[in-house]
Amino acid sequence: MNEIVQKVLLFSKKHIYEIVISFITLILVFFLPKWTYQDETLTQVNYGLLVILILQYVVYFIWKKRKEAKLLQQKEEVKDITSFLNVSGSIIAIIFGILFGFVVMMFTNPPQALEGIIVIIQGGFNEGMFSLGNMIYYAVPVILTGLSVAFAFRTGLFNIGATGQLTVGAFFAVYVGVKWGFLSSVPLLHWLTALIVGGIAGGLWGAIPGFLKAYRNVNEVVSSIMLNYIGMYLNSILIKKLIYNVTYARAMSILPSAETPTFNLDYLFPNSSVNAGIVVAIIIVITLHIVLNKTTFGYELKAVGFNRHASRYAGINEKRNIVLSMIISGAVAGIAGALIFLIQGKNMKPENILLQEGFTGIAISLLGLNSPFGVLFAGLFYGSLYQGGYYLQTLDFNDTIIDIIIGVVIYASALSLAIQALMKYFIDKFRKKKAKAEQGGETS
Amino acid sequence: MTTTQIIYYLLPLVIASMVPLSLVALGALFSERSGVVNIALEGIMIFGGFVGIMVIGYLETTGLADISYQLIALIGILVGAIVGLLFSLLHAFASINMKANQIISATALNLIAPAVAIFIARTIYGVQQVSISGTYKIPAVPFLSEIPVIGDIFFKSAYLSTYVGILIFIIATFILYKTKQGLRLRSCGENPQAADSLGINVYRVRYAGVMVSGALAGMGGVIFVLSFANEFNVSVAGFGFLALAVLIFGNWKPGRILLAALFFASMRVIASSFYVVPFLRNLGLSDNFYLMVPYIATLIVLAFVSKNSAAPKAEGEPYDAGKR
Repeated sequence: MNEIVQKVLLFSKKHIYEIVISFITLILVFFLPKWTYQDETLTQVNYGLLVILILQYVVYFIWKKRKEAKLLQQKEEVKDITSFLNVSGSIIAIIFGILFGFVVMMFTNPPQALEGIIVIIQGGFNEGMFSLGNMIYYAVPVILTGLSVAFAFRTGLFNIGATGQLTVGAFFAVYVGVKWGFLSSVPLLHWLTALIVGGIAGGLWGAIPGFLKAYRNVNEVVSSIMLNYIGMYLNSILIKKLIYNVTYARAMSILPSAETPTFNLDYLFPNSSVNAGIVVAIIIVITLHIVLNKTTFGYELKAVGFNRHASRYAGINEKRNIVLSMIISGAVAGIAGALIFLIQGKNMKPENILLQEGFTGIAISLLGLNSPFGVLFAGLFYGSLYQGGYYLQTLDFNDTIIDIIIGVVIYASALSLAIQALMKYFIDKFRKKKAKAEQGGETS
Repeated sequence: MTTTQIIYYLLPLVIASMVPLSLVALGALFSERSGVVNIALEGIMIFGGFVGIMVIGYLETTGLADISYQLIALIGILVGAIVGLLFSLLHAFASINMKANQIISATALNLIAPAVAIFIARTIYGVQQVSISGTYKIPAVPFLSEIPVIGDIFFKSAYLSTYVGILIFIIATFILYKTKQGLRLRSCGENPQAADSLGINVYRVRYAGVMVSGALAGMGGVIFVLSFANEFNVSVAGFGFLALAVLIFGNWKPGRILLAALFFASMRVIASSFYVVPFLRNLGLSDNFYLMVPYIATLIVLAFVSKNSAAPKAEGEPYDAGKR
């Protein structure tokens, strides 16, 4: 016991700056806006503080990276380039997608094209805090499905079935939200239960392709495509059997106690639809980051992803790991589904349409380079694009341009391997030239 | 209705949905046999169907409508095939030349296709639906429909696309199994390195495989809309993915693909009209259950017969000449 206390003390001593900053962030985001929202100047002060805080994070991040780079300078130079190349691949894909959107706009409505593309790039910043809040709201589901896909991808599995896991998770979450009213006496309990049940249901749905892959050697892509459709039809059957509202031809509304709380975020982002979903998403981002990068379990999962047979030789239970990885991936997708539908007025409908969030998650995962924090930013970028599409309608465009841009971005990032190879080729050539020039300088 | 009447009512429906399903599955077969997994079929179907129906809608307003609706349908199907072929080139380029992940590039196409279709439709028509007005059902083929039984099933309330589809299916199967080109295509899916060592251009053969699959899928998209709806609403009801299930259930062989398509099509027809059949009506199952059955069946097949699967050995792997 004493040892643990000492460890905690040591940790907090070492990371005192980080702890204090996180504490300040929590207060600024969740508490201060509620006290200041009636006073115009205080609100402005609060926003100012937040901007300073974000700048501080950026500076801190760069400083830490440089410190790490200094420590590893000699050894890891090659790795540094690859990570740079990876990021540049995503950015090139995004730029390519937006340029493509611009070309399409030039063809359909040339006079407003420039204005339109600016609206798209501004995205969540078009109307200050209101549109930022909506951007976060739209980002949450795709951040989670992106995480689901990314986690599976890191462990060598392609989870194209996030859609099915999301649907099943959403159904069970909504079922709990409608039927388990006895939980409503304790605050948050009903919502949390619904969320967790959604996660478990999604996880079990994800376990099926995991089992098939581990024990029957069935390609998980094919089996999850089948499970997407099975989940979709099952969802319709269950809604009609259990929680059907015949008058409106949709699922019954969830009880108020099961609704996703806002955690005071509506004071920070007034009038927007933002809710605690982003908190859940960030918690899962951090958890998955730690699991993947700091634990033995995560290391084993990644090892199985790299080479199934070699990791068995190394004594890893590779079958169990495949199943577990799919369960976690499915659970995250299930939570995404729960968060989409645990909102008043967002009723599920038994109309046999695959929910697109699961497929968008593949895009987000790719753009975020399959790392949890990358996915967080890629998801926010998607939310911003989506919000930009909303404002695009005020001009004479239709918002499907956003879908086209996103499709092109994924296609371009599928090609990004080739783009990266090309860039590496040029960088190597440049370096060789430089080295040659230096050598030449020495000898002469 | 009596039992015979029920059968005569249901069978043409089954055949109508069997045709696009087996054509698209055959397309998937071509692509996978050449070594490229093509899950972009849904997107290609949507895009081919969209342009095909647009062309049909336009032709209906011209003088051609007075001559023959069937000719219009034929042109539409052809246009769908060409558009599907061109669209599939994107997938071919990414997965063959650029050695990209084939699932990702296909997913991108699946996302792009409906977006582009909606965008174009809204820009041109103001709404996303593209409607056609003509009826393309042939009430009865002269002479042939008078043959007992066969005439009732195959030549009454049929579509031209059915006969086109059957013809194409036979030709394509013949090419795949009885010609030099077909053998080359299959060899590239099994062992591309060996094929290359014998002087076969693997890249070119794989391009051919993907292009054939694109053409068949585009065609399937047009046929789907012509047979089931009088408008195109940016959806082919998951037929592209269902065709993939047909391919797996058919164990990558044309004959079995036909049987699988028959089974899957029957399930779809039962789902939409099980209330006609007294026995099924009494079972009291929901229509979604019948729609779900094909996917469950495929999953079970995958789980229990994957050891004897005839899936091409090298499918999904980019060709790397240096690898052995």
